[in-house]
Amino acid sequence: MSYDWIIDVLFWVAVAFLVAVYVSWRATRLDRLHVRVETARAALDAALVRRAAAALELAASRLLDPAASLVLATAAHEARTADADNREFAESDLSRALRAVVDQPEFVGTLTAHGAGEGEAVLDELSSSAAKVAYARRFYNDAVSQARIARRKPLIRILPLAGRAPLPDFFEIDDDPPGI
Amino acid sequence: MRVGIVCPYTWNVPGGVQQHIGDLAEALIALGHDVSVITPADDDARLPPYAVSAGRAVPVPYNGSVARLAFGFLSAGRVRRWIHEGGFDVLHVHEPAAPSLGLLACWAADGPIVGTFHASFVKSRALSVMSPILGSALEKITGRIAVSEAARTSLVDHLGGDAVLVPNGVATERYAMADPLPGWPGRVPAAGAEPRGHGDGGTLGFLGRMDEPRKGLDVLLRAFEILGRRRPDLRLLLAGPGDADDVAARVSPDLRDRVVILGMVSEADKVRAYHSVDVFVAPNLGGESFGIVLVEAMSAGAPILASDIEAFDRVLLGGRAGALFPVGDHEALASAAAALLDDPARRKQLSAEARAAVRVYDWSAVARDVLRVYETVALSGAGVVESGLGA
Repeated sequence: MSYDWIIDVLFWVAVAFLVAVYVSWRATRLDRLHVRVETARAALDAALVRRAAAALELAASRLLDPAASLVLATAAHEARTADADNREFAESDLSRALRAVVDQPEFVGTLTAHGAGEGEAVLDELSSSAAKVAYARRFYNDAVSQARIARRKPLIRILPLAGRAPLPDFFEIDDDPPGI
Repeated sequence: MRVGIVCPYTWNVPGGVQQHIGDLAEALIALGHDVSVITPADDDARLPPYAVSAGRAVPVPYNGSVARLAFGFLSAGRVRRWIHEGGFDVLHVHEPAAPSLGLLACWAADGPIVGTFHASFVKSRALSVMSPILGSALEKITGRIAVSEAARTSLVDHLGGDAVLVPNGVATERYAMADPLPGWPGRVPAAGAEPRGHGDGGTLGFLGRMDEPRKGLDVLLRAFEILGRRRPDLRLLLAGPGDADDVAARVSPDLRDRVVILGMVSEADKVRAYHSVDVFVAPNLGGESFGIVLVEAMSAGAPILASDIEAFDRVLLGGRAGALFPVGDHEALASAAAALLDDPARRKQLSAEARAAVRVYDWSAVARDVLRVYETVALSGAGVVESGLGA
């Protein structure tokens, strides 16, 4: 039969089409993971900045003794100004400073009793922002781990589907919140 | 905040996940948020005003048992339209790994998606065969919540990544007030009431599966053999699924008439049972991750005497909100119970401490944590949009 080659061509065109669809689907998934990592990183950065601001607010509120204020203000300032290499250490230090100040006996009770709800408002903001740092970091590391797994898949290694997106890194800090 | 919640199981069939979603939705609405729940439901089912039906769920064999799941074009279409019309700030999918509405919702949506994993699951062959399909849906979830440490461990083992822990809430006010069961004097005599007459030497209570050895009923029964002889008016109130005759046979004949076995009780009677006892005993031998029964009894203000397993020690704040005894030690249980029965002031104090300690398990506190998760993932404010087909 002289038309055999047409069947052959149609078959290979169909195969090529399916492969293209599959590869583009994989590329879409990988791209979505990269977007997720970036979004999660933005949320984490925002949560960290907000926590440092809450710590500074507490330090500046004149509800604390001067020594505790200084400890908090220094740690918060270090966390906000640290460069990329020292960021994780500085944020961990802020977590520890917050716990050292807030977990003193009777601290929460004394502060809540203070002023017309001012102490309570500051504590609420601090507790919420510290919890959100812990959440945002889990979500970011979750996204990073899935992106890294996807990047190790054979297809992604052979074809340049990741583009120039850098391999994301985990963000490891001590983020145990103070006991408010 | 506009929140869309996806329930995977039929609304009118009682179950832990459905109960969780109902309580969460109500707590969020009470905080002033706008909530819509989509759920499988029978055609004639009455749904709360915040819920919409995605059609009937079909009983299918899945994972070794028959589950009622919703899938197919009709359900998928309804979920897609619900997402399109909802304009949600965040989508909250429950049990997304089950082949039901949760999975369909993940497919149909893009944007901030929170997923709550309830059950711990074993990795099945189907899960790995299907994993590109399941994976592409699950990797859209931007914030994962596990309701227990066990659920979190199995999630991390099978799917990788990480999850935050937000435990189940307890609607503590549902337990706070109730009349004791008929024939029981109740814990706190009303002001000005007659002092308790003869025939009331106190009551110990137990609630849990009576035929499950790890619930520790045997330890309590052996302690009652000691206590019941020393205190001729002490009674024992047992509630929970299990064979009553079988339990009665485990009690000495001379004590049998003071052991009252209710068997399975309704939700309302359970609350009344908590209010009927002087000391609520939780003699569990282990295997509890949280101790929901303990938290319920504490919400009712029952003085607690529990074995010192890790979960109970944590809930009881190391003994401050309830007395502890060494796990499995029936003699220690007997003497601790005797001490509590003889000390009304201590019981009153434990009751007050218990009611204060359960506040962190209340839905209002849990809803606050879930909201913090929503705010973390929905930071960009982009909201949830319908995704393109095949994504």
